[in-house]
Amino acid sequence: MVLVVVDHDHGQLDELSLQALTLGRQLAGDLGQPLEAVVVGEDGRAGAAGLGEYGVATAHLAVHPGLSDYAPLATARAAQQLAAQTGATVVLAAGSPRGNEVMAHLGAVTDLPVAADCLAIRPGDPTSVTRARWGGSLIEEATVHATTTLATVAAHAVPAEPGGATTTTVTDFSPELSDADLLVQARPAPEQEASGSVSLADAKVVISGGRGVGSAEGFAPLEELAGLLGGAVGCSRVVTGNGWRPHSEQVGQTGTKIAPDLYVACGISGATQHIAGCRNAKTMIVINDDPEAPIMGYADYAVIGDLKKILPAVIDEVKKAQA
Amino acid sequence: MDVLVCIKRVPAGGGKFVLTEDEQDIETARLGFAISPHEEVAVEEAVRLVEAHGGSVTVLTLGTPESEEQIREQMAIGADRGILLETDGQEWDPQATASAIADAINADESPFDLVLMGNESADASGYQVGIRVAHALGRPVVTGVKAITVADGRVTCERPTTSAREVYEVPLPAVVTVLDGLNVPRYPSVPGRIRAKKKPIERSTPERPEPRLEKTRLMVPQSEGKQAKVLGTGPEAAPAVVEVLKQIGVV
Repeated sequence: MVLVVVDHDHGQLDELSLQALTLGRQLAGDLGQPLEAVVVGEDGRAGAAGLGEYGVATAHLAVHPGLSDYAPLATARAAQQLAAQTGATVVLAAGSPRGNEVMAHLGAVTDLPVAADCLAIRPGDPTSVTRARWGGSLIEEATVHATTTLATVAAHAVPAEPGGATTTTVTDFSPELSDADLLVQARPAPEQEASGSVSLADAKVVISGGRGVGSAEGFAPLEELAGLLGGAVGCSRVVTGNGWRPHSEQVGQTGTKIAPDLYVACGISGATQHIAGCRNAKTMIVINDDPEAPIMGYADYAVIGDLKKILPAVIDEVKKAQA
Repeated sequence: MDVLVCIKRVPAGGGKFVLTEDEQDIETARLGFAISPHEEVAVEEAVRLVEAHGGSVTVLTLGTPESEEQIREQMAIGADRGILLETDGQEWDPQATASAIADAINADESPFDLVLMGNESADASGYQVGIRVAHALGRPVVTGVKAITVADGRVTCERPTTSAREVYEVPLPAVVTVLDGLNVPRYPSVPGRIRAKKKPIERSTPERPEPRLEKTRLMVPQSEGKQAKVLGTGPEAAPAVVEVLKQIGVV
């Protein structure tokens, strides 16, 4: 059996978990085994019931009185106990902060290896995987020496695709949890600023700036273009290091990894650190005065020249087109 | 409080990676070395915590003897001593790495109230060594942290989610893995660099167990080798840009 840990945010299913479920379904097909899911928390019930669209016949809903908010070790314990009960040969989670965290706990409590950020999993004896290193700037082929394969699926390695439609039975399950399992549990930060703008991770359009933007003030046209296209502003590590933009806007291996429909890279040279964050953009347009910049090797389109002159012209054209 | 920070020497790559002929490693003949940005902020945070609360900062790494260079750099910023678990350059998988680190922590005289690590290593990016070390030590662990406060024997950690922030509070001793953006690391001073040369480094050579996650080869991703189509030069290219925006449906 292939068991997938499906994360949700107060009932809203996590997109990266659905991607993991899609890879899990292919894997279950290869193995000729059923695909099952574990969802944690009562507020995940409706989401769990809808997993039939992704080919899940049985969704296990882990409910426990001590489990109100996300608790990484408790989630791993639930997966551990279910995997043992059901004889799972593969346990997967999303290649997200939570998915990687839960799977690392599961690896630690079972003393099994974990292959994080997998692009492909090939069952066999032993199982082999293809996984992302350096935030996706390098690919590794590796062998997993274990009877049960624990892995996470790299974000955007496969699109989340419904398939194998079936009716899901939601089975309630009470994991046995100690106080230590529940010790580390999230609570929301006190003053959550409700920002009206589009979040970087979810934006369909990201207008991003690097060293070439030159200053904090230089980001004004990027903000304007992002506003016109309903997108968000991003930046490179140089920019946050200079204090021009907040770190929450950094796109890169150690910032946010995004996969927008459109990524416009303004004055960004294209260090591997940055490319790791934007390589999954569907379309990338570069605005740069250096036609030899490394980022040209990752982009679909480029405009060569001074971004301070090019951006206002693009903004004018967009306004005309939208009028 | 005594803080331990785990770091890792990795190639500092600006451009594309070139692989060695046997596809086992990155060709580093023309590259410098560094630690991950996550680890840079971990060291800075440790130094700030000790400046505020007293105590000491120790830096630990599992790596080749050349990793001394990275330990000395952290000492120039304010770390007091180093622990170098020497390897012959072969890769250690996450389980073996965590086990060697946990053994070194248990063997040390200091109880290390707080162990800081990067959320994931820059190179192998396995997202698990901190968590495995915490389990081996029987300590709580919070990962992906972007703000740390220590008070009354507890550590409060904030971590960003895609839309908000979460708070975790755990008792010390604990393990915390951190993210770039936690702080802006200082640059080493000249006196700091001079003092760093004299600070102590303890060395040992743990035995590498058989890997259970075994690297067979590395590859450069296929999407590399794209070449951008030049739409034009200067502001005159603006209509061509908007034509692309229309084609992909964002205008």
